[in-house]
Amino acid sequence: MSEQTVDSYTAAAPQRNVVSRIWNDKQTRSVIVQIIALILLLLFFGSMVRNAIANLEALGKGFSFSFLSTASNYDINQKLGWEYDSRSPHIKATLVGISNTLLVAVSGIILSTVLGFILGVLRLSKNWLTNKLAHVYIEYVRNVPVLLHILLVHGILVHSLPAPRESKDLAETFFLNKRGLFLPTPETPFLGYAILLFFGLVLAGLVFSYFFKRWAQRIQDETGVGYPVFWINLFAYLVLPILVTVGFLLFVGWEQPELKGFNFRGGGVIRPEFMALWLALSFYTAAFIGEIVRAGITAVSKGQTEASLALGIPRGKTLSLVVIPQALRVIVPPLTSQYLNITKNSSLAIAIGYMDITATIGGISLNQTGREMECMIIVMALYLTFSLLISMFMNWYNSRIKLVER
Amino acid sequence: MRSIKYAAAVAALSATALSAQAATLDDVKARGELNCVVSTGVAGFAFPDDSGKWSGFDVDFCRAVAAAVVGDGQKVKFVPTTGKTRFTVLNSGEGDILFRNTTETMSRDADLKLSFLPVNYYDGQGFMVPTALGVTSAKDLDGASVCIQTGTTTELNLADFFRINNISYEPVPVETNAEAQTNYLGGRCDVYTTDASGLASTRSTFENPDEHAILPEIISKEPLGGAVRHGDDQWFDIGKWVVNALIAAEELGITQANAAEMAKEAGDNPSVNRLLGSEGEFGSMIGLDGQWALRAIEAVGNYGEIFDRNIGPDTAIALQRGLNAQWSDGGILYAAPIR
Ligand SMILES: N[C@@H](CCC(=O)N[C@@H](CS)C(=O)NCC(=O)O)C(=O)O
Repeated sequence: MSEQTVDSYTAAAPQRNVVSRIWNDKQTRSVIVQIIALILLLLFFGSMVRNAIANLEALGKGFSFSFLSTASNYDINQKLGWEYDSRSPHIKATLVGISNTLLVAVSGIILSTVLGFILGVLRLSKNWLTNKLAHVYIEYVRNVPVLLHILLVHGILVHSLPAPRESKDLAETFFLNKRGLFLPTPETPFLGYAILLFFGLVLAGLVFSYFFKRWAQRIQDETGVGYPVFWINLFAYLVLPILVTVGFLLFVGWEQPELKGFNFRGGGVIRPEFMALWLALSFYTAAFIGEIVRAGITAVSKGQTEASLALGIPRGKTLSLVVIPQALRVIVPPLTSQYLNITKNSSLAIAIGYMDITATIGGISLNQTGREMECMIIVMALYLTFSLLISMFMNWYNSRIKLVER
Repeated sequence: MRSIKYAAAVAALSATALSAQAATLDDVKARGELNCVVSTGVAGFAFPDDSGKWSGFDVDFCRAVAAAVVGDGQKVKFVPTTGKTRFTVLNSGEGDILFRNTTETMSRDADLKLSFLPVNYYDGQGFMVPTALGVTSAKDLDGASVCIQTGTTTELNLADFFRINNISYEPVPVETNAEAQTNYLGGRCDVYTTDASGLASTRSTFENPDEHAILPEIISKEPLGGAVRHGDDQWFDIGKWVVNALIAAEELGITQANAAEMAKEAGDNPSVNRLLGSEGEFGSMIGLDGQWALRAIEAVGNYGEIFDRNIGPDTAIALQRGLNAQWSDGGILYAAPIR
């Protein structure tokens, strides 16, 4: 009996040693654990997908994207230049939805950044009143859900603005009423040309700036002569394109909105749904960005400013060459997540009937065709793509401004 | 916001393997309560009062089914849904049966996989405008802003109507009847369009109903009825025959008040006897007992009583029977015989 025990003990000993040796090796152990976790995760997702497909099949619904090419049968109010009507396929409705989402996301990112930087600077102001006002604004806006902001702004716009017949007008050219802000637009093909012209010039300006900057650097290194590179470049890629485009537009025909029947016809319109979504998302996100900017600027130690001033670098240059570059390093990563938030929050559009991705392919198309699984996959893939693109861009920007260690 | 709901429903589809041929009847009996999919609130059709008690035309059909199946018309849990969420909610199993101003269409049947119960309200799509606009015909609506509930047949009819008549409009999509009302009264849109019954119901809740007119044009056929998921024939039969029983009861003169009396013993009208269970085995054919129809009628009354109590001429909604009169009274309501 006892002999046997000893036997099995000696036989098992080396084996257990191998297992325990592997197990006690930290690195191998973590690899094993990770592999097991990964397998379990894949199994889990695999079974989810299998279940979903089986369940859909049990309901008699196959999995297919062919519905995308059939007529959508619904109309969309804001088409952004797409030639879309109820005979167009669902895929085109999706494209209109994507354009609408991108429009509100990009406009929101721009406005919230501008407002956010202003708020952040106001928060650091030595003036007690401006400082406190900015503080109160930030605290109020941050602590109310963004959906309520959207509904509130939409409600205010729709209920406080006049009916079309009593529109407020500016020089009989711009008209504001419950249905939106009506404004003149260049006649049909010219708006498209103007946009192409503008972006073409911006691109050319950017290319020029790149080479000019290198050239100016070389001249400065060789001869010590400095050029106002920043201003010249700004002129090349922004001011000049704007001037040329505006000049171009002055010479083409314009379409003037006119009150006909129920509404204004002709020209363009910015609908209250877009305004509400854009303003509410921007005001809301600006509050967060304001705090990020404040934190970023305070994070740059006072010593940096003092040292720079002591070296005789003027205040303006101290700010732009010493403080801001260092602050940006702190600001950019959290700013990225605010940009992602604004893009994702734009899906709240549906609460006020703004026709974004969620309302088109993820809303009406989904409902009228009953393709829940397919539509949700498309919607999620789209948001994921936008988010990844924004992250990629911001990471690229972040790596450009990061501390170069020598 | 809604997409969260879809994501949840999709997740629910993924997480559990639904047993496809699940006997809904057994589930409902075991639960002791019917989950009935209704609207978020349409006066006269399905509306919760201040204490949360639901009433209305659609609600009564839910109660009738509950009475037939679990023996008590009060044993209903109402699941409020928007035009867009209703079918997902039904198909994911959150609801057992749907009564929600819902039009029977081929794609909803064959593609969304719903089985429609007999039509309980023949309707059509109409337009409501403020009388101050002076519009008398839908053809005059060129350029108007139109409030429209998304995920409905009305949305599709509207696109067709304006395209065919070669007039333009601005669609203003909304999610619920309440939202449509705010936008319409607030002046965001000139016109509200939905089922004519829905318009009458919405208008009845306005402060000044007289300031709004329903235009004469009816631009579509909207046969409204209950629905269940595909794949459970027994459950479908229960829904179908409860609706038929309520319609037949009116035709046969059986009311909430006299049903018990008439059921006591077999009389000389075999149709009444079969319906009330004193003759034949009709209840057991659909998995219920002989008093299934009696209980439904006792809970909510016959079709005519349901109509008059909730939406009839004496209510604020003031709908006429019109097409919804019995076939013998000049309408097209025609229950298949129980035999
Ligand atoms: N019958 C049409 C329209 C149904 C519909 O949504 N009607 C509106 C107006 S009566 C409604 O029931 N709204 C209820 C709600 O908002 O919850 C359909 O089935 O698509």
